[in-house]
Amino acid sequence: MTEGLKVLKLKNKFSVERDISGCGLCGIINAKKVKTNGESIKKAISVEHDRGNGLGGGFAVYGNYQNYAELYAFHIMYDNLSAKDNVEEYLKNNFIIEKEESIPTSKTSKIKEHPYLHRYFMKPKPDRQDKLFHDMGDDDFVVQSVMSINEKYDGAYVFSSGKNMGAFKGVGYPEDIADFYELDEVEGYMWTAHNRFPTNTPGWWGGAHPFTLLDWSIVHNGEISSYGINKRYLEMYKYNLSLKTDTEVITYIFDLLVRKHGLPIELATLVLAAPFYQNIDKMDNEKKELLTTLRQIYGSALLNGPFAIVFGYSGGMVAMNDRIKLRPLVAATMGDFTYVASEEAAIRAICPSPDAVWSPKAGEPVIVKFEELVAQKGGLIGL
Amino acid sequence: MTKSSFSSIQSEYLALIDHTKCVRCKRCIQNCGWGTYSFGGDKILSDHAKCVACGRCYTYCPESAISIVKNPTVIRENGNWKENHIKSIWRQSETGGIVISGMGTTFKYKKYFDHILLDACQVTNPSIDPLREPMELKTYLGKKPSKIELDFNEEGEPILKTKMPPQIELQTPFVFGAMSYGSISLNAQKAMALAARALGIVMNTGEGGLHDDLVPFGKNIVVQVASGRFGVHRDYLNSGIAVEIKIGQGAKPGIGGHLPGEKIGLDISRTRMIPLGTDAISPAPHHDIYSIEDLRQLIFAIKEATNYEKPVSVKVAAVHNIAAIVSGIVRAGADIVYIDGYTGGTGAAPNIIKDHVGIPIELALAQVDERLREEGIRNEASLIAAGSVRSSADAVKAIALGADAVAIGTAALIVMGCHVCGKCNTGNCSWGITTQRPELVRRLDPEVYGERLYNLISAWSHEIQEVLGAMGVNSIESLRGSRERLRGIELTDAELKVLGIKHAGL
Repeated sequence: MTEGLKVLKLKNKFSVERDISGCGLCGIINAKKVKTNGESIKKAISVEHDRGNGLGGGFAVYGNYQNYAELYAFHIMYDNLSAKDNVEEYLKNNFIIEKEESIPTSKTSKIKEHPYLHRYFMKPKPDRQDKLFHDMGDDDFVVQSVMSINEKYDGAYVFSSGKNMGAFKGVGYPEDIADFYELDEVEGYMWTAHNRFPTNTPGWWGGAHPFTLLDWSIVHNGEISSYGINKRYLEMYKYNLSLKTDTEVITYIFDLLVRKHGLPIELATLVLAAPFYQNIDKMDNEKKELLTTLRQIYGSALLNGPFAIVFGYSGGMVAMNDRIKLRPLVAATMGDFTYVASEEAAIRAICPSPDAVWSPKAGEPVIVKFEELVAQKGGLIGL
Repeated sequence: MTKSSFSSIQSEYLALIDHTKCVRCKRCIQNCGWGTYSFGGDKILSDHAKCVACGRCYTYCPESAISIVKNPTVIRENGNWKENHIKSIWRQSETGGIVISGMGTTFKYKKYFDHILLDACQVTNPSIDPLREPMELKTYLGKKPSKIELDFNEEGEPILKTKMPPQIELQTPFVFGAMSYGSISLNAQKAMALAARALGIVMNTGEGGLHDDLVPFGKNIVVQVASGRFGVHRDYLNSGIAVEIKIGQGAKPGIGGHLPGEKIGLDISRTRMIPLGTDAISPAPHHDIYSIEDLRQLIFAIKEATNYEKPVSVKVAAVHNIAAIVSGIVRAGADIVYIDGYTGGTGAAPNIIKDHVGIPIELALAQVDERLREEGIRNEASLIAAGSVRSSADAVKAIALGADAVAIGTAALIVMGCHVCGKCNTGNCSWGITTQRPELVRRLDPEVYGERLYNLISAWSHEIQEVLGAMGVNSIESLRGSRERLRGIELTDAELKVLGIKHAGL
């Protein structure tokens, strides 16, 4: 394979404004943070095999880096070793790297061609050079670093950057990706998974889901018909949408709303899938005013078009549909476990008799928070 | 001038009467505001020189006996010396004056709306049926904070702390453009007021003050403050839903206006607060605004006078450096900026200005929206785009380029019978629109034409809903500024770059 084609596999360099796809998705969360290994989620997503076409699969797991929980875990894919040298020079100048290693991968899985995959556990240097010019918090600095590497460094792509969580993804069916990353050896208390059916670009490693930024991770089935304005809105807040994908937009909107503007997660979901004015107008005055104001201010962040998303963050998991439910999403509970999936069969494959199974209504999110965090200020997420 | 200004110039149109059909009912004599027809004892006679092709006579001829045709007598064709050049020279040599006309430019400049195509869904995203699903057009005009401020009660539930700046709520993203009492008749304004109230949108007084009859429509009226300050007083500022400062107008950027004394009858004199029969002259600039800091003072003077309860809009003509100008206006505190393109209409303007000054609204709007986003202040003000929005398709494209709403001026007059004859400045409008002659004004029934205006905006709104559904979105805010849903056709790279859109096929 030529060098050029390999570059193609990391980043979206196709002549499209954005990448769109159909998909299957799954999520598992244990509210008491009881860990499971990657076997269950692999089994569930493999039931949705036909929802993808082998051009993208991936997983996000939370709680897997217990020993480095205070450090940002960067997963980076490289085309070539000179890209690695360049990025590492940047990292060494700006971060204290406590540990780095190749991401463990299986040599016997069905994934034969892949970029070089490396991970770093690190924190921004307190005396990094940019401190001379800004007083940027660590999270903001990490966001800026991720965007800068993804945009400016050819042949390198950061696909995970949160604390005590990680994304594992690539080109292939998700069950093969799970084998490739040896996820049966990985344990976490929350998992999400994705099976991809890209429609306008061939598979590229960076294009697989989940998309992550800090602790946010998104798996997404759908197409954001409002992408054009969502993108321009985010650009006004200096987000750089270098990947040109719908899913990237969702990640950044959550980052803006929850991390930067301090919205509770429940309100953020009401921005993404805003209630119709015809319903808002029937609410009591206080709520009506809140939701009308929310729509007035965040109209450009409304996600319009069909979607089902599963969104993970350090405080829990959110699964939701667009405001008129144009994509499938099923949820189930069993004890402290909550499951969500595109198809009920995926849930039943790992949990044959759940306590409850339901199909969430359009725009009504399923929100599960870890119990220790629920006790905090009204269930606000603690970032 | 006592004789027709067309005297030595051959008439542009011929008003032909089929005398075998004509029953000599004389309705044409009655209907023509221009005095084209007279009765010659046994048949109707036409003075072709007076005909402007306004269409009133044949619309009301019960026997369909009238045809208005372009005068076939040619001025010798010449690609360089065109008919309009030659006729203007003749006219100006007769009068020594500036050639003035009404409506927008008649030049055939490139219309960018006609070179923009819309997107639709296929397979990967479903289109939405507006007959089955809600399809939201509601629009709020005004300053929006960049983020929401919240408090939390003991249960951790969010309580709204943000105090929203005042907004204009529109049920559909249309407003009627400013047309003053004086430039148009009171009945024409009433028709718009009735329609605006029924539609949940707003009309605009223009610079002619607010007639007593319109005061009850205050919630659907934007009152304007222009350089002449006609009819402006504290109660006037507080009687509408918003106040607009008019700096410029697309048809005549950089110049003022002149309503001749003979049109200043009792009612207009009262409404404009000027003496009966005096000329109403709007200076070219506001004489208290010689720079941006002065505009800021006027904006805040108005906000003080209205207790910060009304959004303040600033209307400007689209000129070369429009992006920087609008950025300055937004930073000066305007809640809404109304941008009027060079094809916008007017009651009267010199042809040299109308035909040669300004830039297209499409280009201006695209650059303004982009500039405000680059500066991170797009939320600080809403944008209204104007300058001959001829259809719902034009409106959709303007909104996708970045407008919050579009303004309708000429289209609203066409509803009332206007045939765009461009003679508004003469005050002879046979349709009762741009005239103050009581016998002409009387024929414009506000209720009849209010209903037709309602019909037009409803029809256009339904069409926008169809387009939104085809694009797979169910709210106008998902189209607003979404240039990815637009493609250019037959445009150069430079034009595409200014518009911020890709060429079709990409």
